[in-house]
Amino acid sequence: MSDATSDTTAYRPPAPPGPLRDFWNSFRENRGAVIGLFVFALFLFIAIFAPLLAPYSPSEQFREHLLQPPAWSEGGNWRFPLGTDPLGRDMLSRLLHGARYSFFIGVVVVGVASFFGVTIGVIAGFAPRWLDTLIMRVMDIVLSFPSLLMALVLVAILGPSLINAMIAIAIVLQPHFVRLTRAAVMSERTKDYVTAARVAGAGRLRIMFRTVLPNCLAPIIVQAALSFSTAVLDAAALGFLGMGAQPPTPEWGTMLAEAREFILRAWWVVTFPGLCILITVLAINLMGDGLRDALDPKLKRS
Amino acid sequence: MSLLEIRNLSVEFATASGAFRAVDGVDVTVDQGDLMAIVGESGSGKSVSMLALMGLLPWTATITADVMTFDGRNLQKISPRARRQIVGRDISMIFQEPMSSLNPCFTVGFQIKESLRLHTDLTRRQRHDRAVELMTLVGIPAPEKRLSAFPHQLSGGMSQRAMIAMALACRPKLLIADEPTTALDVTIQAQILELLIELQETTGMALILITHDMGVVAETVQRVSVQYAGQRVEEQPVTDLFENPHHPYTAALLAALPERATERHLPTIPGVVPGQFDRPQGCLFSPRCRFADARCRAEVPVRANAGMGFALCHYPLDKGVPQPRKDTA
Amino acid sequence: MFSFLLRRLLTFVPTFFGVTIVAFAFIRLLPGDPILLLAGERGVSPERYNELAAQFGFDRPMWVQYFEYIGGIFQGDLGTSFVTKKPVLDEFFALFPATLELAICAITLAVVLGIPAGVIAAVNRGKFFDQALMSTALVGYSMPIFWWALLLIIVFSSGLGWTPVSGRISLLYFFDTPTGFMLIDSLMSGQKGAFVSAISHLILPTIVLATIPLAIIARQTRSAMLEVLGEDYVRTARAKGLAPLVINGVHALRNAMIPVITVIGLSVGTLLAGAILTETIFSWPGIGKWMVDSIFRRDYQVVQGGLLMIATIVMVVNLTVDVLYGLINPKIRKG
Repeated sequence: MSDATSDTTAYRPPAPPGPLRDFWNSFRENRGAVIGLFVFALFLFIAIFAPLLAPYSPSEQFREHLLQPPAWSEGGNWRFPLGTDPLGRDMLSRLLHGARYSFFIGVVVVGVASFFGVTIGVIAGFAPRWLDTLIMRVMDIVLSFPSLLMALVLVAILGPSLINAMIAIAIVLQPHFVRLTRAAVMSERTKDYVTAARVAGAGRLRIMFRTVLPNCLAPIIVQAALSFSTAVLDAAALGFLGMGAQPPTPEWGTMLAEAREFILRAWWVVTFPGLCILITVLAINLMGDGLRDALDPKLKRS
Repeated sequence: MSLLEIRNLSVEFATASGAFRAVDGVDVTVDQGDLMAIVGESGSGKSVSMLALMGLLPWTATITADVMTFDGRNLQKISPRARRQIVGRDISMIFQEPMSSLNPCFTVGFQIKESLRLHTDLTRRQRHDRAVELMTLVGIPAPEKRLSAFPHQLSGGMSQRAMIAMALACRPKLLIADEPTTALDVTIQAQILELLIELQETTGMALILITHDMGVVAETVQRVSVQYAGQRVEEQPVTDLFENPHHPYTAALLAALPERATERHLPTIPGVVPGQFDRPQGCLFSPRCRFADARCRAEVPVRANAGMGFALCHYPLDKGVPQPRKDTA
Repeated sequence: MFSFLLRRLLTFVPTFFGVTIVAFAFIRLLPGDPILLLAGERGVSPERYNELAAQFGFDRPMWVQYFEYIGGIFQGDLGTSFVTKKPVLDEFFALFPATLELAICAITLAVVLGIPAGVIAAVNRGKFFDQALMSTALVGYSMPIFWWALLLIIVFSSGLGWTPVSGRISLLYFFDTPTGFMLIDSLMSGQKGAFVSAISHLILPTIVLATIPLAIIARQTRSAMLEVLGEDYVRTARAKGLAPLVINGVHALRNAMIPVITVIGLSVGTLLAGAILTETIFSWPGIGKWMVDSIFRRDYQVVQGGLLMIATIVMVVNLTVDVLYGLINPKIRKG
């Protein structure tokens, strides 16, 4: 009976995959998520190298080529593959530069909203009852206003510009992070490992941010991915309404607003910026869905 | 002819990291009015084989069997519609978690009468009377009132009684009870078991009791099939099994019963049932077997004959002593 | 149930006051002196300025202004538009039916298509139909609706000439609007073609506004159904020998509707936000367009009053959803 342990080297079963590997396996299984990841990587690449990729400056005007259609349609010219806008600017160059703005908006908005949202959420989760109630009531108030309306009014107060639009969207998105984090913290803080950490003498701040928070990250990461797409969409909507980035910034929503009066004459000035927004948002949402499925064991295939 | 006959049943699940074989070549035979138990630890595939029989496995499962007949009908060739006429009427099943097995959005009465509406020609009035009768049969007090209760208003024991009433609604020929008492309080456990045995006697139906508790088995059933890691390792009448277990796993399970403990410390079986990633090469029980040798770890054992309890072992025990194999199945 | 209702109502009160504070503060924070803006290019004499300031109450301390504002609210007075000189509340109620009509059509479309789509996708999980439906839903969910609206106009209005570009009804028709709902009023007017005209004006805005809620409802229904289909009680239902249609449509859907109802309620906010864009693009004379126009005109009283009314609507809908939630979830009803 003692030799039962000594002879186990003869056969070694495959080891179960580690957590990161397991995550990647789950993520990879979702074809859409992988496609989303690649498109997002391409988007990131374009955002970084837009000045090198774009054939012209986004603001350079070719007076003799106003509203020229894309290269493949009648009257098109390969000098301007996607045509030109009403001011004779190259659509392709403007769209490539537009990726920079959208990416920038996404990163800053999600960064600001998640930083404040998660911090406030953790505090609410650990705070005494009155403070928790107060915080959640304030969040309820913010959430009572439709997000775009709230952002519009905030921009009206701050003055229309890209930065102010980003601040407004971050304020509107932040309560979602607070609610999510608080809920996750609430369900984690009563678990035994937290008690163990407290018994071991960990300080309040340490327990809040080092012990509990890492275990609440999965839903927050998913929310961050989905907020990224909301941020891009809302910023474009504000731009479209004239309350976001101001012309001549080649922001996609602003480009659409400028192109609106030409929809009956020049389909390309309307179609391409919207298509860019759609593809970007779609890629991020695909990725977000993949993240959620991979991080949420409840939805995993059993 | 047997009521239920299953030969060489295997079930595989497709998972993210490859196929997982949960049931591996299991045989089950049940006669009319039989009372048998399938015993094994969690993860030994005992529920899965019964769910496969009922057609209740998710789409990720692949089911193969040489024979799978119930009451003379081939369950492998049968259409889904024809299977649904058998399932719930001639074969019923009750589950481990009574609280979550009842639909929270519908009253208990609705859920019992639903079976009657589906499988019988009873009128509305008759269905109601039968539901009250069933509730009385399973020992639920104030049945008229309880019929309009929602599941969350019942205790665990009451829920399991309601589940049993539901399963018995159409007078099944076979009832499969999948760990019916595991989720209940100890005092309630005995009551539910007694109820099941009594109902089996009075109705003459066959009963398959799936459990991991050898203690439950001793008091209730006639025949025991022991499963380990998806394989049937031994099958014997209950008295013989307790007197002379032939498979080391059965012996270890019995030794772990407090009633049979001879030493101060209760013996345990080291380790756990192998999962997807640590399946041994030879005998699946070899890593945990106190009698295992190099042959056990290298070669897959062949089944012994009925005299040795169909033990799936290279050295089946007799009176606790490993015997060299003289036969081949 | 009663205590649940009462508790829910109690949280409504502080939130409502919070909303009034926010709406009040926003307007005081807006840049520019409202009176100078009102006077426009011609400017205003100091005497006239003081007169106007006194008239609007801008010369008093902030907290006095706030209490007067609150007092006004409870008497149904949300101030007067700087631009049209009409009471804000009157303007709101004149325009609200247009938005309501559009929103009801959109949410109906979203529910009628979204729930069956979600159920069918969940039941056929992983198959082609599921993938096709869910890909479509994700595209809808990711759609910049202002662009989607422009595309639809390009194709259906200017390309095929099937639908008009803007407004609620053709200028050819003129009749009284006692209900404010163009579909009903056009029918009641008895004028030939009026109803058809109203419908054709409604189609594109409805599709645009319904797109995102439709995608959300389909996705939510699918995931709720998938979760429910893995529950023990669904296995019980299958063990009874019930047909898949009964299992999915009765046992599973009833439970899956609980989270879906919440999502439908929450999409009212999305709908109102979407109405801002949709109404602006289709020149739909509802409160969304009214708010945008007022923001651009710096018509503070309207922005303040409109914000308050819209937030109140969202809160009342959320409250209703919570109560409804209790009604279909027996655990809350009796517990």
